[in-house]
Amino acid sequence: MAGLPATSSPIPRELRSVEFRREREATWRELEGLIAAADKHGLRTLGAEQLARLPHLYRAALSSLSVARSISLDRALVGYLESLVGRAYFVVYGTRQHLRRQLSEFVLWKLPSTVRRAKWHILVAVLVTLAAAIAAFQLTSADMDYYYAFVGDMAQSRTPASSTAELREGLYHTESGSGILATFAASLFSHNARIGILAFATGFVAGLPTLLLLFYNGLVLGGFAALFHARGLAVDLWAWMLPHGVTELTAVILCGAGGLQLAQALVFPGARTRMDSLREHGRAAALIVVGAVAMLFLAGLIEGVFRQTVTSVPIRFAVAGATAAGWTYYFGFVGRGRDRAETGATEVAR
Amino acid sequence: MNLPSVAALRANEDSKLVREIVTPEGIPLRFTLASASDRAVAFLIDMVVQAVVLVAISLGLAFAVGGAGTLLTAVVVVMAFLLVNFYFAVFEVRWQGATPGKRKLGIRVIDARGGQLETGAVLARNLIRELEVWMPLRLLLAGSLVWPEAPAWARLVAGGWTFVFLVMPALNKDRLRVGDMIAGTRVVMQPKLVLVPDLVDETAAAPRHAPAGSAAAASHAFSDAQLAIYGIYELQVLEGVLRISPGDLSQLEVLRTVSEKVRSKIRYEGKVIDDERFLREFYAAQRAHLEQKLLFGQRRQDKFSK
Repeated sequence: MAGLPATSSPIPRELRSVEFRREREATWRELEGLIAAADKHGLRTLGAEQLARLPHLYRAALSSLSVARSISLDRALVGYLESLVGRAYFVVYGTRQHLRRQLSEFVLWKLPSTVRRAKWHILVAVLVTLAAAIAAFQLTSADMDYYYAFVGDMAQSRTPASSTAELREGLYHTESGSGILATFAASLFSHNARIGILAFATGFVAGLPTLLLLFYNGLVLGGFAALFHARGLAVDLWAWMLPHGVTELTAVILCGAGGLQLAQALVFPGARTRMDSLREHGRAAALIVVGAVAMLFLAGLIEGVFRQTVTSVPIRFAVAGATAAGWTYYFGFVGRGRDRAETGATEVAR
Repeated sequence: MNLPSVAALRANEDSKLVREIVTPEGIPLRFTLASASDRAVAFLIDMVVQAVVLVAISLGLAFAVGGAGTLLTAVVVVMAFLLVNFYFAVFEVRWQGATPGKRKLGIRVIDARGGQLETGAVLARNLIRELEVWMPLRLLLAGSLVWPEAPAWARLVAGGWTFVFLVMPALNKDRLRVGDMIAGTRVVMQPKLVLVPDLVDETAAAPRHAPAGSAAAASHAFSDAQLAIYGIYELQVLEGVLRISPGDLSQLEVLRTVSEKVRSKIRYEGKVIDDERFLREFYAAQRAHLEQKLLFGQRRQDKFSK
């Protein structure tokens, strides 16, 4: 121990840690100022020069932290650097994408791509809905009393007790006055969207409520269809339902598929830990659900406005066909090129 | 030197709640998980903001349109839906994991692995609130509207449901609510600490008592044997003592007690007039001694270690 003083330690004129701090303090303060400005007004208000200095200052502070941890016993200093670097880390590595670009990327690639990858969950959701619809259709066709069990009396003017004329009237009923239509559309949207989000969220309860919601949705559909078919109003019913129904049903199926994805991640995590599996599928499912909510908004508009003003059967079918074709194209083909580019990139990375 | 008031200074460094993120540069950063109360308060603040915004928008529109038009109802319905379901998500995407409430409390959402906070993750952790908060809340508060003849057990189930989700963060070591589990996120504290002057650096922090010029000459000297008694832990507790704000009434009292303890422990023979000065000088000498050892790779953690 030749380097250590033998008996008495005079207080050294300058500790290494003190000297170190004095040399670097100015850059820390500069970084602190930049972060505070970015926090307060957003990163984009920083000038080009400041923006260029930010990563440089961040790396300097990071190395200071690493040095301070090994040479300084000043707890206040190390704590300050921990906090400073922690804040700077998120500014430097945080997402810098403009909201508009994020949105266009979401619409043009992420959403359809994520939906394509959830195809098996979507298939299950479709099958559950279809099975319920067919069962309810058969049962109700045989015995109209089932209608009340499946649909309930929520559609008050449309029950087996109504006359055929009343039922027909219900399908061609028009409203005038934009205010009432808009309110109708808005409440339809917010109601449906809430159910859709719930179908996703209940995936966390092992997906049973999700399946029940899908099944129930199918039952209502089947019971409803059976009533109108029995009265010879099949064409009129589908012309009434499909223009918004294509979009709405697809959205509900997607939400259900999101819930099922979540449930699968939780119940059958496979080789990964449950947390890792949830993390990946939860994010994907959430993207799908947000897309579905947007679809429900469109469906609400069609249902609340278009259906209440246009009664021509051919036009109604034309719109239904157009929406079906549009969604098929969108989910089937949009963003395929980007998909290929991304998988190529990951393979190269491996 | 283990005064209770001083020990409290270290309370927020409970190592069980510290999570590390390794930056791409290979240096670990430490984050402390946010406390349940902070998160609850942040949530309440955000709820209040939402309510205020909604009322303000409705009133503003009502004045603009003149009276309660039905179109207005439509706008308000959609607005309420978007606000309730996307308020958190939009803020957390734009403000890097903070909302007005979280910012107020100095907490934020981070990716558990330290990567970018993805939009998908933010959406996932917030959409799940429908299950965690809104559904049970609606059943509980407006149960008679949603389900008119709801039996008592339904309310009980709703209450139990809410409770399970409410205490979820207390049931796992990472304090995750369901949304955090699904999204792979954590909520951590992000205090804005200010850089206080170094206690040893005399040019930066002249002690109050020091007459000009006298600080240069150290009046107390310590032998190596005296400096070999305490470790890093005790040094940093002493730092905490010396940083107690001078305005604090108990300061002098604490300084005197600590000074007496230190003197008896290290068998200091010299005369001490000013306790603060003595402690400052002891701190400087002790830190110089321990940092010197640190350079030689010896890290003496506390007085019990060798």
